[in-house]
Amino acid sequence: MPAQRTRRRRRVPAALLAPAVLGLAFLILPLAGLLIRAPWAELPARLAEPEMLAALRLSLVTATSATALSLFFGVPIAWLLARGDFPGRSLLRALVTVPLVLPPVVGGVALLLVFGRSGLIGAWLHERFDVTIPFTTTAVVLAMTFVSMPFLIVSVEGSLRGADARFEEAAATLGAGRWTVFTHVTLPMIAPGVLAGAVLCWARALGEFGATITFAGNFPGRTQTMPLAVYLALQTDLEAAIVLSLLLLAVSVVVLASLRDRWTAAP
Amino acid sequence: MRAKPILATAAIALATLTACGGDDAEEEVTLTVFAAASLTESFTEIGELFEAENEGVTVEFNFAGSSDLAAQITEGAPADVFASADEANMEKAVEAGAAVDPETFALNQLVIAVPEGNPDGVTGLADLAGLDFAACAEEVPCGTATQTAFDAGELELTPVTFEPDVKSTLQKLTLGEVDAALVYRTDAIAAQDEVDAVEFPESAEAVNTYPIVALEEAPNADLAAAFTAYILSEDAQAVLEAAGFQQP
Repeated sequence: MPAQRTRRRRRVPAALLAPAVLGLAFLILPLAGLLIRAPWAELPARLAEPEMLAALRLSLVTATSATALSLFFGVPIAWLLARGDFPGRSLLRALVTVPLVLPPVVGGVALLLVFGRSGLIGAWLHERFDVTIPFTTTAVVLAMTFVSMPFLIVSVEGSLRGADARFEEAAATLGAGRWTVFTHVTLPMIAPGVLAGAVLCWARALGEFGATITFAGNFPGRTQTMPLAVYLALQTDLEAAIVLSLLLLAVSVVVLASLRDRWTAAP
Repeated sequence: MRAKPILATAAIALATLTACGGDDAEEEVTLTVFAAASLTESFTEIGELFEAENEGVTVEFNFAGSSDLAAQITEGAPADVFASADEANMEKAVEAGAAVDPETFALNQLVIAVPEGNPDGVTGLADLAGLDFAACAEEVPCGTATQTAFDAGELELTPVTFEPDVKSTLQKLTLGEVDAALVYRTDAIAAQDEVDAVEFPESAEAVNTYPIVALEEAPNADLAAAFTAYILSEDAQAVLEAAGFQQP
């Protein structure tokens, strides 16, 4: 049901334009600061370092895995929060956003207390199956999922609430089962919201630092993601850290921009 | 025994005199000290002693990793005193012209921190071979010291994690995620309720020196000099020694 879209060029009211421009300057100037201080001559040498490529690869793989996990668990959670009818729903909604408020380092400690070697579930895993999660790539993905899934949930839940439930009712009256309604009516309706949530989630996961270093530690090639590499580079060499941050930024901007284009170009 | 504090008080008296042109109303002065994270407990205590001896003076601390502090200082943060956990980061401040002639006021050595009671029976570095242990990353001073100690013992040891600072290295142990952690003696002493410290001979090769300096751009130059002198006094040194530091 593509709503009729009339594209009229409207003039932006000054009351909106002024704060928008100021706000944009505030968001973009720090980036310009990085660009100005960047030692461009060093860039090729830095890019050739195998440790950096390993960190970049690990970041992309783990952030994407975390986004996939968040989609798998987050969309159903969002549906439950938006469409479900049960007591304690608003409490649950508040609890879901806890990772947004929690300082990531505390989130990392909390994850250790549950999944760590002597944690609630971790101790059992360790004893029964000789599995330890901390200091592994799995731990990186879990840390990222913990801090970034709420972004997806909030975004998808918003879309679900905005979507017209009458379409779902109509489909149900026409004999569609609940699952069919969800996959054929609800999901297409909220697709832009799901994508926006996934993008936010991916971006947040890519920049994740605090929970990762606390829960997964820092080991090159295994748990050292780009933000960790940047932080350590910062200890000795500001310019190297800037180069690495720009690399991470460039990669994420390219991925996000191409994703958007592909999406908006789709019918 | 009291000679140095008196000197410090005299210096402050002089400072207030010159600053306010003889107005002897008590001035409230805040001294800003940038100090390495490993000095948190001892400097907080020394700061209280210094305040008690110098009326009207408030000492404010900014505790962080030495390299963060050095970066903040070279970028122009308004600090009076800089106490670094290693010479390399002090050198950055000196090179940037922010500091001249720092003085060494304490030494710190690495120990192997183990859970209380030493369940794995660790007696030296070589025992770490079969264990999961945490260490600092080489980019930070405690990591450089760790690597030096490994080299001195001709050992090839790989921790499960290279932590960004000594506190988070120790935290991995206190949370039970590793069997041992290479930290400074001062950190192990601060956590002595939970961990035991195992000394090892190779750490003598990797002694960390702590330099302090009154910064060139200090807003309260005379008070900064007085505080720096006070750190070298017997009273302050006693606090540092109790925390596990050695005297230079």
